[in-house]
This record gives sequence, C-alpha cells and structure tokens, in this order.
Amino acid sequence: MIQFFNMLLIGIGAGSIYALMAIAMVLVWRSTRVINFAQAGMALLSTYIGFELVQRTGNFWIALPLAMVLGAVVSALVEILLIRTLIKHSTTGPVAGIVPIIATLGLLGLIRAIIGMIWGNQDIQIQPPLSKVGFKIGDETIALSPMNLLVLLTVLGMVLVLGFIFQKTSLGLSLRASAYSPEIAQLAGIRVGMIRTIGWAIAGAAGAAAGLLQTVNGTGVVSPDSLEFSLLLTFGFIAAVIGGLESLPGAVLGAVVLGLVLAAVQIYISGTLVFMVAFALLLLVLLVRPQGFIGAKAGRRA
Amino acid sequence: MSLVVKDLIVDHGAIRAISGVSFTVETGKLSAVIGANGAGKSTLLRTLSGLNKATEGTAHWGDHNLLHGKPESHVRSGVSHVSEGKSVVAELTVEENLDLGALWRRNKKEAAETKQQVVELFPRLGERLEQRADTLSGGERQMLAIGRALMSKPNLLLLDEPSLGLAPLVIEQIFQTIRGIVDSMGLTVVLVEQNAMGALKIADTAVVLNLGNVATSGSAADLIADPAVRAAYLGY
Repeated sequence: MIQFFNMLLIGIGAGSIYALMAIAMVLVWRSTRVINFAQAGMALLSTYIGFELVQRTGNFWIALPLAMVLGAVVSALVEILLIRTLIKHSTTGPVAGIVPIIATLGLLGLIRAIIGMIWGNQDIQIQPPLSKVGFKIGDETIALSPMNLLVLLTVLGMVLVLGFIFQKTSLGLSLRASAYSPEIAQLAGIRVGMIRTIGWAIAGAAGAAAGLLQTVNGTGVVSPDSLEFSLLLTFGFIAAVIGGLESLPGAVLGAVVLGLVLAAVQIYISGTLVFMVAFALLLLVLLVRPQGFIGAKAGRRA
Repeated sequence: MSLVVKDLIVDHGAIRAISGVSFTVETGKLSAVIGANGAGKSTLLRTLSGLNKATEGTAHWGDHNLLHGKPESHVRSGVSHVSEGKSVVAELTVEENLDLGALWRRNKKEAAETKQQVVELFPRLGERLEQRADTLSGGERQMLAIGRALMSKPNLLLLDEPSLGLAPLVIEQIFQTIRGIVDSMGLTVVLVEQNAMGALKIADTAVVLNLGNVATSGSAADLIADPAVRAAYLGY
C-alpha cells in the first residue's frame, strides 16, 4: 500500500518536471512548427545561469524567476536570429521543412560547448533550498520531501498561470489564433511574427524552470554533458508527443502518464527497464492513437 | 478616399497570375470582381491585403499604399480581408473569433460597441458566442468571417467568394447582408465572386477578369445587360 502511494508520489513528481519541458516543446511546435532539440541546451544554460545567480544572491527563490526571465530572452533571441531566417530560407529543396529542426540539433551541441568554455567541464553543484528527506507518516518515510512538495506546487502554479494566460488574456488569444491559423490571425491584425517570438520566450522560461527544478530536486549536480538533461529532453519530448504535440493540457497529461508509468516500472519491475518502457509507450501511442491523447483532428485546416 | 489599382502585375513563381490590371472603386460603393476559375480574382485580393507580393504596378486606398507592408498593418489602416473558404479559426469559439479582429484596437470600449453592432447584424452569432466555430453551419461561418472583419472597424472590406459552398437561399441572405453593410455603414467593398449573377445584382460597379487581365468593366447594370458578359459569365 505504502509502495503504491510512493509510486504515485514519485510518478507525479517526475511527471511535473517533464510537463514543463513538454510545455516548452509544444509552445515552440505550435508557434513555428519546429521540434526544438536545443531545448535541453537552453534549459542547461538557464540552469547554469541559475547556479550563478544562486551563488550571488544566495537565494534559490530569487534565482529561479531571474533564470526563467533570462531563459526567455535567450529563447527569443534564438527565434529571432536563427529560426526566423532558417524558416524563410528553407521553403524549397529536398530538406526544406526540416532545416530548422536539424539546426536545433546543431545548436544543442553548440550551447553545451559554450557552457563548457564559460564554466568548465567539471560538475557544478547547486544546494537544494529545502530538505530532501521525506515526510514521515507514522513510522514510514514517504517519497515526498519538502523539496519535492515545493517543486510540485511551483509547477502547478506555473501551469495554472499559463492556462490563465492562454485561455483568458488577449495575449493568449493571439497565441492560440496564430498557432491554429497564422494567415487568419494576420488578417485580423495580429502581429504574428512578434507572437511567434513570445511563444518561444515562454517556452524558454518553462524550459529554464524545468532545468533548475530538476537539478535541485535530483542530485544537485550538473555538467555540460549532463545525462540528466538528455533524459529531460527525451522524456519531455515523449510526453509532448503522446499528449498530442498541439495541446498544453495534452502535454501535462502526457507527462504525468509517462511519469506514473515509469515510476511503476521502476518500483514493481526494474529500474533498468525504464528506457525501454518509455520508448515502447511512445511507439504504442503513435501506433494506436497517432494524434496523441488530446491531439488535433486529422486534416486540420492550414 | 477611393481604391485605385494601376497596372498591377503579380507573379506566382514563373506563372503570371495578374498581368496589368487597373480599376477604381469609389468610396461607399460595392464593386464585384467576377471571372472564371484561375482568372486571378483571389490573387488580386490577396495582393491588396498584403498576403501576396506584387511584381509591378500600384494600389492605393486613399493615400495608403497597399503594396507596402504586411496584412496586420493594413488592418490598422482600415483594410479588412475575408479570405477564401470561410476565414474563421475553427478551434476558437465564435466570441473569440470576433474578439480576434479587435485585439489591436486600443479603445476597448469602442471595440465592445462594435461587437454589439456585429451581433445585432448577425443575431445567429449572438446565440452561439460560446460555441466553437467548427460547429457552425457554412452560412454561419461566413457570417462569422465577415463579423470578424467588421470588428477591425474597416472602411475598405475585401471579400473573397463568400458564396462558396453555400445553399442558394443562404447565398441570397449573405449577399443582401453585404449590400446592407455598404448602405448602412458606408463601407467600400470589393467582392470577388464566381457566382457572377448574384454578385452583379447587388454591386454598383464590376470588373470582369479573364486570365489575369481586365476583360471589361463598368456599372453592374450595364454588365448584366452586355450580351458578351451574359454569354460568357451569366450562362444565358
């Protein structure tokens, strides 16, 4: 019983961080039809910036929002300086549509190399702001620490704020209209180019939060070739795809389902099977329900 | 203010879609642009609203240059375009589609008044504000597309085939509404149509396009009476 309860806690905890990453991927996909593999690099850079800010301010809860703002700026600059031009130039030729996607792979390597140049290739360590010892219920220690709880609440807060922005504000309406029908949005007077950049900026902020929260929630250790960030990218991507790639609630749902399934495998079967199951789940969803849990209908109009 | 198009040339890659089109529409008038499939009607409208780039020529609405700038800036100068095929965002609600047209307007109070007017003009939309646009009938979607354009408070409205795929009774209703908009709001309208007879009946003036050229133009009444136009476009 306590094992099942712990599985839920671990699954939802991991899923909440995948959710931020998945949200970032969905936002970028919706605004520019690009799968941003550099998202892991941008999150890593934001985490290093966060590390630097923690060093200087000594306060994680000041460093987190600042790192998110800088993550947003970096992401917006990538869209303006790189992606915008690539999309304009890649309308013809055999690799037309995928040029920007390939470029994000290149950017991922580039960012990791730049981080190595600035901070060195050794591990850095970020101190968790709260205890990572699980709460006690009676004599049992459960798989939920004050740190885990704060991560969960922070992610929940961010998802609610994003949901509010998307559903209730003019900016959200512009973002949604530009994603579904850029031409009609343009004809309605929306500056679609600017809205695309804002979509990338929000994605950058979500990615920064994912990177920093995962780091302090996990080992606290990061390096430029961090395996944890490759996993974050992989699981965020899988969550985004099984969630439908078009929908923010879908991304969150996909992430929580993925987190729970992986936690179940880890606790009841074996930790070594986690990868196999993650990719098997991706393939299964693509085979059975290619539009994802909450995907757009087939034959979506342009 | 009038719409003045002079020697307009538009190319789609190697294909010349419009080869030297000139016409004028006086303010407050409804002008129909008719012609067969592939005559360049949609390309003409898309060029006037900034979606397509012109190769040569000029197009002005008053002193505003229509060949310079993006659609989103033309909207701010009073030019609204309802593109072909019920230009609504299917995934948004009716109300969101309407609001979309007025997001750029600073004066939210005026925008709310415009929404009130649009809902009075199309009561069917008012009853369905919370519904998603893809649940509407074809005619309602076309009303929503026109309503969205009106939300931007245009003085020049470009309409691309509003009758496309609609039942005859609904077409009649849409055409009457368009005429009503011109008469009551003083808008200038360019109406591109394959349904030549329906368009000519409500239009003040008309331009007949053929393979990217102006075949003939004049008052709508004269064109209806012209035996050549009747034979080629009206089918009798």
